Amino acid sequence: MSPRSPAPRRRRRTAVPGPSMSARDLLGEAFAGLLARPARVLLTVLGTVIGVGALVATLGLSKTASNQIVGHFDALEATDIVVSPSVRGGGARGAVLPWDAEARLRRLNGVVAAGTIADVDVRGALVRSVPINDPLAAGATQLPMKAVSPGVFQAVHAGLTAGRFFDAGHSQRGDRVVVLGVNAARRVGISRVDQQPAIFIGDRLYVVIGILSAVRRQPTLLGAVIMPEGTARREFGLAAPALAQVETRIGAVDLIARQAPVALSPSDPKLLKVAAPPDPRELRGEVKNDLNALFLLLGGVSLLVGAIGIANVTLVSVLERVGEIGLRRALGAGRQHIAGQFLLESTAMGLAGGVIGASAGTLVIVAVSAANTWTPVLDPWVPLGAPLLGALIGLLSGTYPALRAAALEPVEALRAGT
Amino acid sequence: MTAEPAPRPPQPDAGPAPVAESDVVPIVELRHITREFGTEPRVRALRDVDLTLDHGSSLAIVGVSGSGKSTLLNVLGCLDRPTSGTYLLDGIDVSRLDERLRAVLRAEVIGFVFQTFNLLAHRSVLDNVMLAEVYRGGSREGREGRADRALTALERVGMQDRARFLPTRLSGGEQQRVAIARALMADHSLLLCDEPTGNLDSANTDSVLGLFDELSAGGLTLVIVTHEEQVAAHAERRVRMVDGVLTEEP
Repeated sequence: MSPRSPAPRRRRRTAVPGPSMSARDLLGEAFAGLLARPARVLLTVLGTVIGVGALVATLGLSKTASNQIVGHFDALEATDIVVSPSVRGGGARGAVLPWDAEARLRRLNGVVAAGTIADVDVRGALVRSVPINDPLAAGATQLPMKAVSPGVFQAVHAGLTAGRFFDAGHSQRGDRVVVLGVNAARRVGISRVDQQPAIFIGDRLYVVIGILSAVRRQPTLLGAVIMPEGTARREFGLAAPALAQVETRIGAVDLIARQAPVALSPSDPKLLKVAAPPDPRELRGEVKNDLNALFLLLGGVSLLVGAIGIANVTLVSVLERVGEIGLRRALGAGRQHIAGQFLLESTAMGLAGGVIGASAGTLVIVAVSAANTWTPVLDPWVPLGAPLLGALIGLLSGTYPALRAAALEPVEALRAGT
Repeated sequence: MTAEPAPRPPQPDAGPAPVAESDVVPIVELRHITREFGTEPRVRALRDVDLTLDHGSSLAIVGVSGSGKSTLLNVLGCLDRPTSGTYLLDGIDVSRLDERLRAVLRAEVIGFVFQTFNLLAHRSVLDNVMLAEVYRGGSREGREGRADRALTALERVGMQDRARFLPTRLSGGEQQRVAIARALMADHSLLLCDEPTGNLDSANTDSVLGLFDELSAGGLTLVIVTHEEQVAAHAERRVRMVDGVLTEEP
């Protein structure tokens, strides 16, 4: 190789400068490494997207759903009390609730509506509608018979498809009138009351004055023939109400639950038991905790799967890029540079998955809420923290592959080729 | 084996020394270098190798496969550590340096040209050449001028018009030129070439050898490992490896 210029004469090097690589170069190399395999990166990121998205969506939906559940509970269940003779009351059960239970309960401050209900023993009498000679009709049928005080209809939020409820006058006079639950009315073939239809219970005729359309409590009323208590006492010898249905104002349920037994059975309140809902605040907490535990578990499992995906792909990437690692080492990369590059790549994948997953999860919450006309509820830290969680998962997942990459000896790595 | 001057103690971390004739050192000094692999039985790839290279010289290392040529090149390139002996690179006792500082030496002093080119397939020719400076750090201004320097290096090997190409679109000879441009980019003192024409046809071999002649004439120290006599003939000095023993050839 000649001719050549005179060889330069150099001074002895006195020291080796410290290693240096700018953060910008490190970032550039990491992103170039990611962009070199876009399809694989997208598929890898998809795992984190699903994991973070599931976590965000489940956290948001659990909060939204629990709020919704508690909202329903607050509106109806939190004002519902049922008083009935306790089992410990023994043989006196049938006579514990007084006939004026409705009036006594309504005097309590906090009671919105109250009424009593009892099953009537009609001794096997069948019910049939008039006319009785319709050959196509099903004929006589056996229906549950209920005797209620007039206040029950308000206490159970009953609605009517036709007619009216009976009142205290009907009960006091023992009028032969009944109100049919919608299912019972269908059984006896009555759908309107403007023609003053009547039914026979055994051989006694009762005028149907109303048909219930729906109730929000005591749903058994919908399948029953309902008559005034006074009528049941006179016609069938009803001994006493079986239970008292009470609706309270919101927040008064605990107070009324304590006062009602005393009001109804002052001499021995323990003969009565009260079925009252649990404290709504406790229920809200329980519902949220149950849902959160379930959904967090699901989200956690999804994230674990995403993390394993990143770790796996990064490890495969390291194994595939052994030659590249050898080249970089030959060009002056230290172990820290190699480790840093792979850590940055995995962290970037996790971060991207976190950002996309948080966005997707938020969209899912909004979509589900819109479809159910719910109010979407999401803690602000969830969509903000999810990308960081994704990045952390990427960082942790990439640690082992990065350490393996850094541990490669330059000679061995170069031998693998690029 | 070459006759060596009296050994001087290495002073890698001494303070600034006054300029004197005694401070002018060869770029490579190997003293009694051995390299062994494995345990039972131990394979001695290098046996008591002494070698001195002055700045700007060119050396061809010839020998059959398995004779220890590549092992010697790896030691020279600070990619591998000798089992015993002393290696002074530009006056620095490399065997005393930790892995971190050896990496710095590779970035600053030593360039490599491989038989298989070792270009990153998914990066452009320009990116591949610029990679030579990535691990040298440098100022912001230095980074901003990197692309210009890479284009200059590509121009030196006649590849400036392929700067935006991916290496996979280039012929073997062109890829090797890009690899040489990468080595030139960092302005290294020592260029180590491992069978640089091993994957090239005769036309591309001539082209690459012509390039080496130019670089050598420009003062770059060249070490070429080859088993081709034609390639070795281009070096001003030739040594032969036989079973790990280095012998000077006329």
